[in-house]
Amino acid sequence: MVIDLPFIWAAIIAFAVLAYVILDGFDLGVGILFPLFPEKRHRDVMMNSVAPVWDGNETWLVLGGGGLMAVFPLAYATILPALYAPIIAMLLGLIFRGVAFEYRWRTGRAQYLWNWAFAGGSFMAALAQGIALGALVQGIPVANRAYSGGWWDWLTPFSIATGLAVVIGYALLGSTWLVMKTTGDLRDKARGLSYIAALATLAAMAIFSLWTPFLEPLYLNRWFSWPTAIFSVIVPLLVLGCFWLLLTGLKNNRDSRPFLAALGLFILGYAGIGISFYPYIVPTSVTIWDAAAPDESLGFLLVGALILVPLILAYTSYAYWVFRGKVDPEEGYH
Amino acid sequence: MFETFDATLLARMQFAFTVSFHIIFPAFSIGLASYLAVLEGLWLWTKKVVYLELFDFWKTIFALAFGMGVVSGIVMSYQFGTNWSVFSDKVGPIIGPLMGYEVLSAFFLEAGFLGIMLFGRNRVGPGLHFFATLMVAVGTLISATWILSANSWMQTPQGFAMNDKGQFIPADWWAVIFNPSFPYRLVHMVLAAYLTTALVVGAVGGLHLLRRTAPLRASTMFSMAMWMLTLVAPIQIFAGDQHGLNTLEHQPVKVMAMEGHYQSHPDGAPLILFGLPNQAEQRIDYAIEIPKLSSLILKHSLDAPLKGLDTVPRELQPPVPIVFWSFRIMVGLGFAMLGLGLWSLYCRWRGRLYTSEWLHRAAMVMGPAGFVAVLAGWVTTEVGRQPYTVYGHLLTANSVSPIAAAAVGSSLVAFIIVYFLVFGAGTFYILRLMSRLPRDPSGDLGEGPIRTAGITPAPHTATLPAGGRHGH
Repeated sequence: MVIDLPFIWAAIIAFAVLAYVILDGFDLGVGILFPLFPEKRHRDVMMNSVAPVWDGNETWLVLGGGGLMAVFPLAYATILPALYAPIIAMLLGLIFRGVAFEYRWRTGRAQYLWNWAFAGGSFMAALAQGIALGALVQGIPVANRAYSGGWWDWLTPFSIATGLAVVIGYALLGSTWLVMKTTGDLRDKARGLSYIAALATLAAMAIFSLWTPFLEPLYLNRWFSWPTAIFSVIVPLLVLGCFWLLLTGLKNNRDSRPFLAALGLFILGYAGIGISFYPYIVPTSVTIWDAAAPDESLGFLLVGALILVPLILAYTSYAYWVFRGKVDPEEGYH
Repeated sequence: MFETFDATLLARMQFAFTVSFHIIFPAFSIGLASYLAVLEGLWLWTKKVVYLELFDFWKTIFALAFGMGVVSGIVMSYQFGTNWSVFSDKVGPIIGPLMGYEVLSAFFLEAGFLGIMLFGRNRVGPGLHFFATLMVAVGTLISATWILSANSWMQTPQGFAMNDKGQFIPADWWAVIFNPSFPYRLVHMVLAAYLTTALVVGAVGGLHLLRRTAPLRASTMFSMAMWMLTLVAPIQIFAGDQHGLNTLEHQPVKVMAMEGHYQSHPDGAPLILFGLPNQAEQRIDYAIEIPKLSSLILKHSLDAPLKGLDTVPRELQPPVPIVFWSFRIMVGLGFAMLGLGLWSLYCRWRGRLYTSEWLHRAAMVMGPAGFVAVLAGWVTTEVGRQPYTVYGHLLTANSVSPIAAAAVGSSLVAFIIVYFLVFGAGTFYILRLMSRLPRDPSGDLGEGPIRTAGITPAPHTATLPAGGRHGH
């Protein structure tokens, strides 16, 4: 029995991407909601609620990208050229919003510019990530170890729809995060927005679930044939359960519960996508075994990952623990 | 054919542009993170409040530089895939794990503890806060170690084999990581980062000494910076020389380009001080040279023969003029740093370190020299590696993504506009912070606009100043 290193690595990369999506998801969501909170005192608190952690959240994206190059170089080398435009748009969006965390406090007159950079950058990054996801799910043609499709293949009604769906989903993560982390009228407003975002997210998940199986026979087969159909039954039930927890949490003023339930929705949606195209890493073109680097590379990095990932999770949790509780409007270091 | 060439050139321009911007920030934040750790350590040890004031002053600047480093770094980690996908597929099994280790052992460490360092002073004890600062500093050094190992492997590759898919696969990780140029490059780069930071700190100290504002804070940072310069500049020149000898051994063609040796010199090569490289005619026009000195420096013998670019086919030569000039800029600035360090030592000895206005002005002029030297050094080593991405094994032209020139071109334009806008603003904010006084905590509460709108500033018991002029 040989250890299936590509399978282990697929699980680790999937975990890194999931960690990225839910962690940067809520701080991107806070940026997406920025235009709906015109008051400066609200914006200051919103920004400070994520300022100590956003950088760590985004590091999971670097691990997702860097890890993909290390362990599935063929996937990295074919997905990125295929998604060239959305990736560049995402990077530009992340630049604008990332610097806004510092710049916004360094200027009085030009503050509105960095408010826009934060909101616009967050929106653009989220939309581009959603479009990239949609383009990945609809399939990427590969020939001779290179992307063989066209320069605009990523742009379809489906990918635009997934782009908007991700924006909506991140807005839900952001609004429930604010319910958990803030007080007073800011929290009340976030609570109201959470209801709207939750309904919109549920609708988006429904549309996505009805649309995806008909993109590829593979997906249809996965969703409606034994034994994977079990997941098709269980996942929607769990989604409804999370949704119920979210709404009752909002209703009963249990301020942490809506955020945790929103995380649950994301994890379920993510699992649904993963189940659809496993064992492909570049859907319908390249499997995880085709794409994997040689075992010498996978094993070498696995040793480090097995030691370091738990350590990272430990001190990251500690950092979140240090900044637990509602945000004090007085705080910040600026 | 023409189109492929075009995409390659544009991809190279994009990489050169984005990496040049990116390297500025780590060069500064590696040194500054260590400086912050030293300041906080000194504060905990001596309890002198000036160290804490300096810590808070430089912490804000560090946060800005670090933020810019993060966002420009994310671009780098995805650019290998977008523009250099063939390179990524072939070299991923070797470069990828090295960069993977950088993320796992350095980036998360920096990011995880940065929040506590910047925002956690009132939430954790002083010991834990210092630990967070140390972890950020250690993280920057670990990061430098891995990325320079990866870069050095591309310069002096070893410990690999090729598989049937045309990929470089690891045969001996020890040999891959500790490739021949790695120790030299790591030492040279980390020292460069420390010098860069010392020059910036020295310039800010010099400025405030000239303005006679906050004399204790200005003189403390000026003195620390000048000590750093005096001690490290000579070490750096020695390290650079050793690095050069290592390059001669493993990448002789690069040294030929740096030295401008188009011709072979069977009986002792001159040192070309200045001249205009003429790539078309393969000679240096108007050369000013010192006979035999190049052989003496490189081979420690006046008459040692030295091969020139005439032994290398044209298409395998790096672009000589760029390498020739960037090398001279780096070396010239290195000696200028040594000069400033010695001058400050002389003034210190004569008791005029804090009163010699010409020294303070010189320190201000030299403030950006570290960045220029780092960039020039980077250009020397990276352009000198051309026409290869993996030296001697993989041509740059065979590394590029199969993508239309229009795509690379338009993203290049977008990066140029966004970078100048965003990082230009950041540089402006950093310079403005620097030109303001290191904050005086006692006088800060009463002045300036009220912090967060609508909230009256409460007197803080902690040593943190409450904002005031710096935002809000």
